[in-house]
Amino acid sequence: MHTGDSIVVAPTQTLRDAEYQMLRSAAINIVNKLRIEGGCNIQFALDTDSMEYYVIEVNPRVSRSSSLASKATGYPIAKVAARIAVGYNLDEIENGVTGKTTACFEPVLDYVVVKIPRWPFDKFVRADKQIGTRMKATGEVMAIGLSFEAALLKAVRSLEQGLYSLDTGLDVLGDEKLEARLYEVSCERLFVVAEALRRGMPVDKIYRITTIDPWFLDKIRRIVVTEKEISGLPLKKWTPDLMRRVKKTGFSDKAVAQLTGSAESDVRALRESMGIRPVFRMVDTCAGEFDAVSPYYYSCYGVQGESGPPSKKTVVVLGSGPIRIGQGVEFDYCSVHCAWALRRAGYETVIINNNPETVSTDFDTSDRLYFEPLTEEDVLGVLAVEQPVGVVCQFGGQTAIKLAHCVASAGYRIRGTSLADIDAAEDRKRFDALLAKLKIPRPEGATVFTREEAVRAANDLGYPVLVRPSYVLGGQGMEIAHNNRQICEYMDIINLTAQEHPILVDKYLLGQELEVDAICDGEDVLIPGIMEHVERAGIHSGDSISLYPPQNVPDEQLDRIVELTRALSRKLHVKGLVNIQYILFNDEVYVIEVNPRSSRTVPFISKATGLPVVDLGVKASLGMKLADLGYGTGLYEGPGIVAVKLPVFSSEKLPGVEVSLGPEMKSTGEVIGLGSNVTEAMVKGFVAAGMMNKRGGVLISVNKKDRELVLPVARVLANEGCTLYATPGTAKYLGIQGLVVTAVPKISQSHDALLKLLMDGHINIIIDTPTRGREPERDGFRMRRAAVERGVTCLTSLDTATALVQSMRSWSVLGCTHPIELGEANGRAGKAGKNPA
Amino acid sequence: MAYLLLEDGSVYPGESFGDARDVVGEVVFNTGMTGYQELLSDPSYHGQIVVMTYPLIGNYGVNDEDNESEGVWVRGFIVHEQTEAPSNWKMKDTIAGHLQKAGVPALAGVDTRAITRKLREYGTMRGIITCDPNAEALEKARTYSIQNPVGAVTCKAPYRIGGEGRRLVAVLDMGIKHGVFHSLTRRGCDLIVYPSHTEADEILSKDPDGIFLSNGPGDPKDNGAIIEQIRRLTDYKPVFGVCLGYQLIALAVGGDTCKLRYGHRGGNHPVKDVAQGRTYITSQNHGYAVIPGSLPDNVEITHLNWNDRTLEGIRLTDRPVFGVQFHPEGSPGPSDTAYLFDRFIALMDTKRKGAN
Repeated sequence: MHTGDSIVVAPTQTLRDAEYQMLRSAAINIVNKLRIEGGCNIQFALDTDSMEYYVIEVNPRVSRSSSLASKATGYPIAKVAARIAVGYNLDEIENGVTGKTTACFEPVLDYVVVKIPRWPFDKFVRADKQIGTRMKATGEVMAIGLSFEAALLKAVRSLEQGLYSLDTGLDVLGDEKLEARLYEVSCERLFVVAEALRRGMPVDKIYRITTIDPWFLDKIRRIVVTEKEISGLPLKKWTPDLMRRVKKTGFSDKAVAQLTGSAESDVRALRESMGIRPVFRMVDTCAGEFDAVSPYYYSCYGVQGESGPPSKKTVVVLGSGPIRIGQGVEFDYCSVHCAWALRRAGYETVIINNNPETVSTDFDTSDRLYFEPLTEEDVLGVLAVEQPVGVVCQFGGQTAIKLAHCVASAGYRIRGTSLADIDAAEDRKRFDALLAKLKIPRPEGATVFTREEAVRAANDLGYPVLVRPSYVLGGQGMEIAHNNRQICEYMDIINLTAQEHPILVDKYLLGQELEVDAICDGEDVLIPGIMEHVERAGIHSGDSISLYPPQNVPDEQLDRIVELTRALSRKLHVKGLVNIQYILFNDEVYVIEVNPRSSRTVPFISKATGLPVVDLGVKASLGMKLADLGYGTGLYEGPGIVAVKLPVFSSEKLPGVEVSLGPEMKSTGEVIGLGSNVTEAMVKGFVAAGMMNKRGGVLISVNKKDRELVLPVARVLANEGCTLYATPGTAKYLGIQGLVVTAVPKISQSHDALLKLLMDGHINIIIDTPTRGREPERDGFRMRRAAVERGVTCLTSLDTATALVQSMRSWSVLGCTHPIELGEANGRAGKAGKNPA
Repeated sequence: MAYLLLEDGSVYPGESFGDARDVVGEVVFNTGMTGYQELLSDPSYHGQIVVMTYPLIGNYGVNDEDNESEGVWVRGFIVHEQTEAPSNWKMKDTIAGHLQKAGVPALAGVDTRAITRKLREYGTMRGIITCDPNAEALEKARTYSIQNPVGAVTCKAPYRIGGEGRRLVAVLDMGIKHGVFHSLTRRGCDLIVYPSHTEADEILSKDPDGIFLSNGPGDPKDNGAIIEQIRRLTDYKPVFGVCLGYQLIALAVGGDTCKLRYGHRGGNHPVKDVAQGRTYITSQNHGYAVIPGSLPDNVEITHLNWNDRTLEGIRLTDRPVFGVQFHPEGSPGPSDTAYLFDRFIALMDTKRKGAN
């Protein structure tokens, strides 16, 4: 199984010293023989019944596991490797955590670390959940506990998948089915194992089936035993001893509430009335042997805490948790820059996060780091010992903003935009009222809870409609429905997880999308830039190609957007960052949504414009005035370069996932292209995204209505020397227009012909505008899957296709691109950028 | 419920899982994440109550192969969590079963980090494991001292190990570990293991190629008679001392030792080989150190602890005699410094060549 898809525990639990030292010595011998200077990752397989072992791979570099190892132990592998690279020896490099010892030692842990991968299967409900040699996870969480049980349960709730215990409702499976599921190596196996133990299946048997070491199975069994013990036990029967034991085992208040059928707040109140509160212990690299100067912390129960007395100037930054589709590393960029800005402003900074892959969880990014789940209980635990003067929720994506309510109601001050104003933007009714008051149009819509309500709303609005849950990022669960059957299907998928908030049904406008990130100090607004989406509405903003500055939007519409951004920011009393999405439809600017927080595009716009966007946002949230910050107000003029952001997908690694773009985000990363003009920026972007060198065969299969639009694309491709293939209808049309096209029957007509073309490597690009629907049995779906799994570029929007072929032509003509000196460009912008409102 | 009561009066509650009797000892902490079975059977821990900083102890159970001596020498054992359902292919018993059979008191559920931090701050303390942490128990802890610990752990009579070797090494057993035997026999040495009080003449009468001075418990300065014999041995034979053995070499040549605040116990301590300019990760278990300024001119410093710069290795410039504070045999812990055994072999071989 790919290590990126494995649950990982540190340190080793079931290895004797002799076994541990054998592998350690082998590792050191390998490193010495290879003369490694810097990081090296070695993977071993150790026979569980002998001293035989195998070296699986040696990576003479810092690896994915290195960041986990660094965070698990406090030993900053990459940083040390960098010093080694410039000539230092290990015994000359300071151990930054202790401040008095050197990097030449091996860290010892006095806690247990559990890493669990974050898989995207909550978004890709039809994807194949089996895991194997090809990594499917998009991110991971790490949890630290005093016991394996506590660390495991913490990690589970850090995943933010609505899980607070090991009970995921698998009780509906029959015994036989459950046993069959035990054999499957899937992302749900941990929970299947827990369910088997819950039903009393012996550890031995589960071990025989899964080969998971009995040590781990017994620990999971202990969790299940505790779960059973408290299940249904009314709170009034709880003794402090029981509570203490349950909390030490790692059960969250929410899990206790779920198991006992009570409210989480009641569990918390009872626990606190018993004087049972989490304490925080240090990760110090040395198990307490030396005093530490920059340790980080994790929570546990029933031991002495090590937190110092609260200071009077601490601000807590809530991080964004694991990297997932829709909430990627962009939010960590924001959290890190936020912490730095706060530190510059004279505050002591605290970060709470659980993602070992990120910069925010480096121990030196903040003054104090808490490696904790981002749930209400865990965050409140930290706030209780830190007693901050402020909590920042607007940089950690939806994860952080969702916690604003509980933070505020516990009496802590939210820095920046107030809770009431966050609600005014997120709550559909209040937001509609606000727009009506400002006379700003938005696509008509309704809020619903049930299928029946949704169908009624859709029919009132008229199809097509956009269906989505509120309070989500990345358009999770968002779909465009064209008929009653589809809306029912989508509602069922959304309601698979219980919804606390209503579901939104909106009229779907096929216009041009524009996006703005703005900084507001409550009165003045600074707009770093407006971004134009290449693809028309209906494709999630995270999946569309984005251009800065806009290339095809008339000035009056841009002026209108500036005006609306200013009005909305002021009306929502935004203090900090706000992201607004617009749609241009029949010359009218509509507002789609307002997010009173930092957004996915903040790093992009920061880099494209050179503006310290997060820094300015933090300053505004602290009450400073934009007018005093030296960058002016209104629309920032920018450095006069063009920046393009292109999404990058991992579809080939996720069998079963629909490839075509839609309102739910699918991309797992992005690239930026910078040029002195849009042509160069686009070319660089496509090259960086790995799409430029895909010439050769192109297969075109489009809807009847798209045929005319695909014609110019096909012409360019033909001129660029591509061999054109098309499905019969499209081929006929293109042939009539004078293009040389080979007709290929659809998969449903003849299974082999098209697949053979793909298999033989004749096709490098597919342009396919799909008929909508999630049903994987559709022709197009199968073709697209077959294509991406062979590394073929699949374009499902003609806008993307047009942009790509234009860039191909430009690339042929230009032959080369020119580097952009960002510092120089930004310096130019700084002088020109005073652009008063 | 049982308690660890320290001499300063602080009390740490836990649940007893070993033998139920009260026990007094010097309380020390060990930071190793593996190797508890080796540690329990290491005679150097005689008289000590060992606190483990890693919270889960007993994960892989106890087996027939990982003992460093016959028996458990640790006086008392303190852990955060003892594993009831261990798992490992060699496992024969649980940690609890092992300690109960050996009659060693042990506590689980203890805040071991709190004790570690206390010892780090105030230094090693005496303590008592008891069910009743009253004034009488405190008095017992405060008045505890250990008499002749080396005498308690050494073998009763000489014995031989091996028989096919190319060299003969006389081992002075002051609490030797099996790991040392393996390290020497693997390198082609036959061994005669002597009780610690053996006269030098008796050892020299067998004309060994070299003398190995083992690790062992207690204050090095309590071993006046042994030091006398070592002084004689160093005049005739190559000598290699480890841990206590190394400290006794230092005392034999006129140096001095002092007690460290809380000692070094674990498997991750960096030690710099001064001549090589290279730092190694070592296995350590000691509460005393040789004072650098106390050493005569014919002693060269070869190793330094790179955490606190304490002295960890010396060599005599006028005789083939050397020693290190740490444990090149590992057991438990890394054996990155096993090259020191090769150095000992080379010294013996050179000496013999010279004699021939």
